[in-house]
Amino acid sequence: MNLIVFALLALLAITAVAIAQLRELWAVIMFTGIYSFLSASWMIILDAPDVAFTEAAVGAGISTVLMLSTMALTGKAEDIPRKSSVVPLFVVIVTGATLVYGTLDMPHFGSPDAPVQVYPDPSFVERSEADMHGLPNVVTALLASYRGYDTLGETTVVLTAGIAVLLILRKNEDEQDDTAPLARNKSS
Amino acid sequence: MTGFPIIRIITKLLIPYILLFAFYVQFHGDYGPGGGFQAGVIFASGLILYGLVFGLHAIKKVAPPIVIEKCMALGVLIYAGTGVLTMALGGKFLDYSVLEHDVLPHWHVPSGQHLGIFLVELGVGITVTAVMTMIFYAFAGRKQV
Repeated sequence: MNLIVFALLALLAITAVAIAQLRELWAVIMFTGIYSFLSASWMIILDAPDVAFTEAAVGAGISTVLMLSTMALTGKAEDIPRKSSVVPLFVVIVTGATLVYGTLDMPHFGSPDAPVQVYPDPSFVERSEADMHGLPNVVTALLASYRGYDTLGETTVVLTAGIAVLLILRKNEDEQDDTAPLARNKSS
Repeated sequence: MTGFPIIRIITKLLIPYILLFAFYVQFHGDYGPGGGFQAGVIFASGLILYGLVFGLHAIKKVAPPIVIEKCMALGVLIYAGTGVLTMALGGKFLDYSVLEHDVLPHWHVPSGQHLGIFLVELGVGITVTAVMTMIFYAFAGRKQV
């Protein structure tokens, strides 16, 4: 088990460094897809299969497609930076060191005293099955019922984000060429 | 993409299973891992895969943008409408306990909290599918300027 964990985390780190090194955007997009799949595998190890679904579908699937279509509209290579990268490197190292310092106080992985095990009131876990007519999934019960307001807000955020993207990106009605499907097919 | 028979045949074989898995994640999310958001993105990625392989006009025939953009709002309407329904039935906003009923008890028709969760997850799933698909249309429909 530990071997898989170390291998996955090492691969994640290698992929991240590769993404930072590469200038060819096509390869960068493919590597971000690989990064998402590795993250999804990592989520499976952390017993969070629903997060893994989302990561695989959004991170590796949809966002890769969106980045590829963006690349088709812009350029295929990143400009070589002309400025010195000493200051950004310094900022990154300081931020990273702060984050690592922050993890020192955190409880160990799987520790029963961890806030994640203690703070959502354990009574939720105890009573959710009876409250929910025998539905065993506490996560769904929390998201959709106990915290139904939050999820309504999140759904509205998704809708608002979608409307914003459409307002920015959508072509005018007279520019749309859906009326010529065959010609479109040959060109694509 | 008429020149890649393997990709087209494999896509046609895979898409039913992707969509079926999305429905499984949606409607079995009360029992197993999953829920509306996950199901929505899986369903949308099935649609987007179809659009990638068979072209934008083919996917727009299956999922017309004019319908999908209405579905974006429909999902939130189902979610909030469930809340309004519970208020109309005398409960609080999104308090699913008032949805209790005794229709066909042997068929295990969702009732009470189960029915409420079912409805709001359906709303989340519809909105997420529609938003992801519309964003794909918006990106893929543009030409280089």
